[in-house]
Amino acid sequence: MNSPEPQIVVFSCHWCCYQIADLSGAAQSQYSPDIKVNIVSCSGRVGIIDLMRAFENGADGVLVFGCLEDQCHHQNGSLFAKRRVAYVQSLLRGIGLGEKRLEMYNLSPAAGPKPEEILNRMIEEVKKLGLSPVKRVGKP
Amino acid sequence: MIISEQKPLEEIRKMVADYDKILILGCGTCATVCFAGGEREVAILASALRMAVKIDGKEKVFHEHTVKRQCEWEFIDEISEKLKEVDAVLPLSCGIGVQAIAERFPNCRVLPGVNTCFLGLTEEAGIWSERCVACGNCLVHETGGICPIARCAKSLSNGPCGGSVGGKCEISPDVSCAWQLIIDHLVALGQLDRLEEIQPPRDWSSSHSGGPRKIVYPFQEGNQAEVER
Amino acid sequence: MKAGTNLEKVLESGKFTVTAEAGPPKGVSAEVMQRKGELLRHCCDAINVTDNQTAIVRMSSFAGSMLLKQQGTDPVMQIVVRDRNRLAIQSDVLGAVALGIGNVLCLTGDHQKFGNHPNARGVFDIDSIQLIQALKRMRDEKKFLSGDDISGEVPLFIGAAANPFADPFEFRVSRLAKKIKAGADFIQTQAVYDVAKFTSWMEMVNDRGLDRQVHILAGVIPIKSAGMARYMRDYVPGVSVTDEIVARMEKAEKPKEEGVALILEIIEQLKEIPGVHGVHIMAVGWEDIVQEIVAKAGLMPRPAV
Repeated sequence: MNSPEPQIVVFSCHWCCYQIADLSGAAQSQYSPDIKVNIVSCSGRVGIIDLMRAFENGADGVLVFGCLEDQCHHQNGSLFAKRRVAYVQSLLRGIGLGEKRLEMYNLSPAAGPKPEEILNRMIEEVKKLGLSPVKRVGKP
Repeated sequence: MIISEQKPLEEIRKMVADYDKILILGCGTCATVCFAGGEREVAILASALRMAVKIDGKEKVFHEHTVKRQCEWEFIDEISEKLKEVDAVLPLSCGIGVQAIAERFPNCRVLPGVNTCFLGLTEEAGIWSERCVACGNCLVHETGGICPIARCAKSLSNGPCGGSVGGKCEISPDVSCAWQLIIDHLVALGQLDRLEEIQPPRDWSSSHSGGPRKIVYPFQEGNQAEVER
Repeated sequence: MKAGTNLEKVLESGKFTVTAEAGPPKGVSAEVMQRKGELLRHCCDAINVTDNQTAIVRMSSFAGSMLLKQQGTDPVMQIVVRDRNRLAIQSDVLGAVALGIGNVLCLTGDHQKFGNHPNARGVFDIDSIQLIQALKRMRDEKKFLSGDDISGEVPLFIGAAANPFADPFEFRVSRLAKKIKAGADFIQTQAVYDVAKFTSWMEMVNDRGLDRQVHILAGVIPIKSAGMARYMRDYVPGVSVTDEIVARMEKAEKPKEEGVALILEIIEQLKEIPGVHGVHIMAVGWEDIVQEIVAKAGLMPRPAV
């Protein structure tokens, strides 16, 4: 658990990105990040508690991928996801983790940024911010 | 329904600062429906507090439990064993539940996790608005089914005041003028002439102004008050 | 005569009546009150003393009214139901009458959140119409709201406010009728800028015969700048400042003179409206202009009754 490699947790629906299952392999980084990908039927299925537990279990960064708002296969799923992400960001601010460790992106398989690009950016960000202080056991 | 709202995280953190083992206790009735203190909110709060505490470099344990209601002894009594493991309990119930726990377990420190806001209606999921202030003397039949005491910012019995503009209350463009609503209702019912009657000064003695209230149901067999009679 | 105050006498005499407003200081200076009294005493038949106006704490209307009374003017003590319960109100009225104050204006009061003590609890034990009723009962039956007897006479001339521009439309005139039924002897309206609108309200009032049951004084507020005109149009509820007026003030080379000219035009028109028995000049922070306005409106000298 005291690994210096960043732990990134990704929640993604499989509609917005067909190759999401291959994400860990596609990420090219000078680090050996520990990437965990949770595929859900809709980003709207990702609950607040799921995001919180990811951080509680030591994630240094969390990404949520959903469809573009007018393309969500389940109508409003990615909109709900956006609101929940905003709420969790405010909680993260409040507890001292900072909201930059959690980001949501609306993706389309047809165009726009690729998930691996976003993942690489998050890894860089996390390296800048440092590992999550939640992982520190005992006094700082 | 009793509408409450969870206290800001910052305030809760300050409240738990002096304790090491805390039971976060959810309520499965009103607090669940208004997303303030149900099982889900208990889990989220516990997670946030665990992380906050870790970041602060402190050691605290947060237990989680939810009971059906915290306004009835039979459900509150479920937690008596759990209380032996903690030095404080953080009920996410309304003021009634918080005080019931304090009364039932006088040796336990009680920290309220929500602010009890008002008696309200669920307009739609996620939107609640005040409808009743429990004045103890319901007269809404005189005002087209709309309560001016609860819904008028000045509780006027012979409203509206001069601040009613465009159907909105002077205190906020988001608040409807209760008296405009009453007038509209009575016009629709063809009963606007009801408002020509001057309502006399209210008897506030039946409201909280008269003191904390209590009702003893006269036909309940076996309750203590009945026994004493 | 109900109270025999100067205000009542002038209104009853049928002469076009003039009242003005004086706001007490945010402090203890009796001189401030007296200075305002001096500015207004010869051009008004009575002077309203406001009561924590816009929920900002000032010297009480009771004290302000007493100071004016001592100068020899006829005060109109204003009471807002926001700040006092029925006990305090009835108590204050007994004291006011004992000290020779006879005119009382019954108001609701702006919500406390607009003032400088927004965290205070608003009282609103009784509303303004119940207050009118209470005062009438004190005067005509010599009884408190509780039914207990009051010892001595309680001569009061009871006033209320009316807002022809803000109420829900269906209810404007009914609301006035309710206040009269409750016992109002005189009415002071909110500021009139749209004379046509005010005239049609007065027509409805007259149609119901209400002008014969109560004395109505039309309110006017002299505007001293384009900024003030815009502010009142955009931020003050219940005051209907038209865009034409704002434009006129913006074009004026000498805004204060234009403001006076404008108010004089309005007063001239108000004098002609049947049922309007006088004018109530609310020169907020500009009390020294009232004398000029009253004189130029041909309303000087004020009658001695």
